Amino acid sequence: MRARNNSILSSVDWVTVLVYVLIVLFGWVNIYAATYDHDTANVFNMNSQHGKQLLWIGLSFLLALVILLADAHFFSTAAYVIYGLVLVLLLVVLSMSAVKGATSWIPIGPLKLQPSEFAKFATALAIAKYLGSIDIHIRDFKTKIITFGLILIPAALILLQHDAGSAIVFTSFCVPLYRMGLSGKVLIYGVLAVLLFVLALLIDNNFILIGIIVAIALAYLFLWLNKRTSKIVIRTILIVAACSAFVLSTGFVFDHVLEPHQKTRILQLLGKIDDPQGIGYNVRQSKIAVGSGGLIGKGFLKGTQTKFHFVPEQETDFIFCTVGEEWGFLGSAVLVILYVVLFIRLINIAERQYSKFALVYGYSVVGILLFHFIINLGMVLDLLPTIGVPLPFFSYGGSSLLAFTALLFVFLRQDASHNIMI
Amino acid sequence: MQSFGKGCVFRNCFIDKVLPHSPMTDAYSNRKQIIKILILSIGILFIVRLMYLQIFNSDYKKAADDNALRHIVQYPARGLVYDRNGELLVYNDAVYDIMVVPAQMKNAEDFDTAMFCQILDITRDAFDSNMAKACKYSMQAPSPFIKQISKETYGALQSNLWKFKGFYAQQRTLRHYPKPIAAHLLGYIGEIDERELKDTNINGDNYYRQGDYIGKSGLEKSYESVLRGRKGQKITLVDVHNREKGRYENGRFDTAAIAGKNLYTSIDIKLQEYAEKLMANKRGCIVAIEPSTGEILTLVSAPSYDPNLLVGRVRGENYKKLQDDIAKPLFNRALQATYPPGSIFKVAQAMIALDEGVITPNTGFPCDKSKLGCHNHPSAGCVRDAIKMSCNPYFYFTYRRMIQQGKYSNDVRDSHYGLALWREHMLKFGFGQRLGLDLPNVGTGNIPDTTFYDKWYNGRWTFSTIYSNSIGQGEVTIIPLQMANLAAIVANRGYYYTPHIVRFYGEDSVRPSEFYEKHETGVAPEYFEIAANGMYDVIHGAGGTAHRANIPGIDICGKTGTAENIGIDHSVFICFAPKDNPKIAVSVYVENSGAGGTWAAPIASLVVEKYLKKKVERTDVERQYMEARPCQSLPLKRVYKKMKKRR
Repeated sequence: MRARNNSILSSVDWVTVLVYVLIVLFGWVNIYAATYDHDTANVFNMNSQHGKQLLWIGLSFLLALVILLADAHFFSTAAYVIYGLVLVLLLVVLSMSAVKGATSWIPIGPLKLQPSEFAKFATALAIAKYLGSIDIHIRDFKTKIITFGLILIPAALILLQHDAGSAIVFTSFCVPLYRMGLSGKVLIYGVLAVLLFVLALLIDNNFILIGIIVAIALAYLFLWLNKRTSKIVIRTILIVAACSAFVLSTGFVFDHVLEPHQKTRILQLLGKIDDPQGIGYNVRQSKIAVGSGGLIGKGFLKGTQTKFHFVPEQETDFIFCTVGEEWGFLGSAVLVILYVVLFIRLINIAERQYSKFALVYGYSVVGILLFHFIINLGMVLDLLPTIGVPLPFFSYGGSSLLAFTALLFVFLRQDASHNIMI
Repeated sequence: MQSFGKGCVFRNCFIDKVLPHSPMTDAYSNRKQIIKILILSIGILFIVRLMYLQIFNSDYKKAADDNALRHIVQYPARGLVYDRNGELLVYNDAVYDIMVVPAQMKNAEDFDTAMFCQILDITRDAFDSNMAKACKYSMQAPSPFIKQISKETYGALQSNLWKFKGFYAQQRTLRHYPKPIAAHLLGYIGEIDERELKDTNINGDNYYRQGDYIGKSGLEKSYESVLRGRKGQKITLVDVHNREKGRYENGRFDTAAIAGKNLYTSIDIKLQEYAEKLMANKRGCIVAIEPSTGEILTLVSAPSYDPNLLVGRVRGENYKKLQDDIAKPLFNRALQATYPPGSIFKVAQAMIALDEGVITPNTGFPCDKSKLGCHNHPSAGCVRDAIKMSCNPYFYFTYRRMIQQGKYSNDVRDSHYGLALWREHMLKFGFGQRLGLDLPNVGTGNIPDTTFYDKWYNGRWTFSTIYSNSIGQGEVTIIPLQMANLAAIVANRGYYYTPHIVRFYGEDSVRPSEFYEKHETGVAPEYFEIAANGMYDVIHGAGGTAHRANIPGIDICGKTGTAENIGIDHSVFICFAPKDNPKIAVSVYVENSGAGGTWAAPIASLVVEKYLKKKVERTDVERQYMEARPCQSLPLKRVYKKMKKRR
């Protein structure tokens, strides 16, 4: 057994592990700074958040080791079981919040388990399992329906917990789906729909409607002149009608579907409301923190924004502020590059898999991590509306660190066995 | 399916659903490039955004400093003011502002409100309203709960302060005056107002901030830049709840406050106090100058007030009361009242006429009372006698010779020439212009010029229009400071130094040079000797007008004046003593009291006696004038105005 374990450990992709460890440790340093308090400055003080995070990091490393030592096929085999278990946990949380008010976690002794963090991992397993099956092609309508179902069920359960951030992350599965052959048009239409939504909020609807009609009419007139068929005319009319309906319905969706704080966050980002002391406070303070860092930063534990708690949630969702303030542009850029290296490396690893399961799973891992990264930094740098998601491996929080670690190392375990096979 | 660990090939066949194609060769494998490009562009986008926020935009750095740095001003102690013998006129008294941080107080369950109120001597209602105000200002930031409590109250509170969580004391200083005198001279300080803030900032002096104190009048105003010192600042770090979190950069940018410089004045505190006692229950003023230096020994304006009234919490209320008083206690008569000088003006008239040569020391004029009335006395046969007897017709003729010198046959033109010449001389006596005294708002008085009369009489005037000037009535007005200065000029036999109050300031004894400037009148000293002799006769000679000013053992010289006005005459007297090598020159003006010899002269002589002998031996005279209450009724106009206001 020892020999086999050693061979697995030696065949693990150590570059990825190194990047992972660097991000986790840099994250802990910043959590230490963000929660620094003279009374709890001791690194191993278990009453402090940095002390607790140290415990979580230890547990995560242990978990990573356990996963690497486990059998590679356990996860593909148990994928649906894990998926089902997480769905049950989500239902438990939901039923609990019906009793005790909105919560997203299950208390296990002194710990708080957040099923939503593990739901992404479980969903990734389930999709990989399903799409990895023989004769399953994303082009098939039935496959599409089942795949979207697998994604939307946990997402909907999380949305019911009023955790919009975690729910939005489920859109990240478009990355593996796209890789597996989902038409790029679907994604482009999705992006266009978001753009149209934003435009509809910014500009008077009538202008947009006229714009759409003119643009599409011109495009299809051009096509029709080349290839005169009545089909094009009908399609034009249908598309214009769909777009118009979409634009006209944005107002209703915005007013009735979104929650008030979500509405204000979107309007804030679009510059429609300006209230730096109220809704804009977090974003303004996080921009000040990052911006005041300058080129080389103020130095470890020297950040005034960080140390004096001007940025709310600075050890969790706004942890990047501490990096920006204390480590400056250099530190921030290094962190961004570390993530980009991690993503590219994971894609490369995914591409060398023989198993379709591992390929889909690998792209799911990239998608999930990437979306967290984009949403989190986009929020801190005031490019996206405020959506509370953690920065993977970096933010304070046991559930998220454990879940991301499991997500990553299950993939590395698949890869390790791939190497053995060669 | 579940048979793990039986070798590579075996597992390969059974467990993994190996794709028909080898890695990276499926139909969509080129999509990995698109995804990679997407990831790279997002990375670049974030880095560009970081570059913009952190390197190219400096606004955020300032914003972070604004968030976390508090600049706490360290107020310097204001300079002290001493009299000529080193006695304190003004010092700083420690008072305490009781500050409160409501958030810290909330946690104290056993706060003994009753005891707290008892120590501070406030009602429960006042406590509640002050607390509400503090809470409204900020729960986390300190704000003043009660301002300016005394040392004694603070002492009582200090030993119990630990019981009152959230409260602490902050020291402030207040001006304090050991003796309730010299209010007009010393002036007062007050919070800077908008106009002053604007004015000081226009002058490039960005020293003041809203809420700072600034000298508003008197020495406090004219020596503001000397007395104020320099503010320091302490930079502390504060967190999001405004709690102090230590010093910024270990105090590297902190500056200590530099205390203001002390003023060493020429005022004699004992003489000032005595003179104020003499002026009790009277309206008028006393100015005493040391002729050899121009140093002001005493400057009294009556009615006065206790300068301690305009300090601290009681200031606003008291100021309003003083402002509403129709006797105008806030008005500094010694510097701002433009009085008709009356007969004391004759001394200057005689000197100018002698200098111009229109009369000689032995010129005599009959006391014919045809143009101007006079009291009964023999006609003066010389200038000395004319001064002694204060003969009105004598100076009528003298002034006529001065104004109508016969240079032109046309009377109007001749008078224009004479008046211009006369005025030039008068300005040299310090009349009609602002003397360089180191106090704000010094009046000029009025020595009318030709344009003044041209405007008034449309150019058609001659001596006969303006002859009232000859005896110090008419259009001539003079401020009491200039009257004392006239006495000093005669004492010096022809010159004066700029009257001033501050001899030097600061530890390095800075002496403003302009105070050592000698101003010559241009009249020969021997003529002034005649004036001095005449003034000696006023008190000592037969037929002199001020025998009551006689001090046994002191050769005092003086000149009375009785200035006509609406109501009872003003009583005026100027004098200096001793006759040779004079030490003090005094002017006294008592409004609406009567003849110069009756009121002003004896009061002036008491001041001289007090200064030269350090002790007044004429106790009966002293008592008589201290207790006297001449003319308590105020001008009807003011009384009427006041009544109207009340209604």
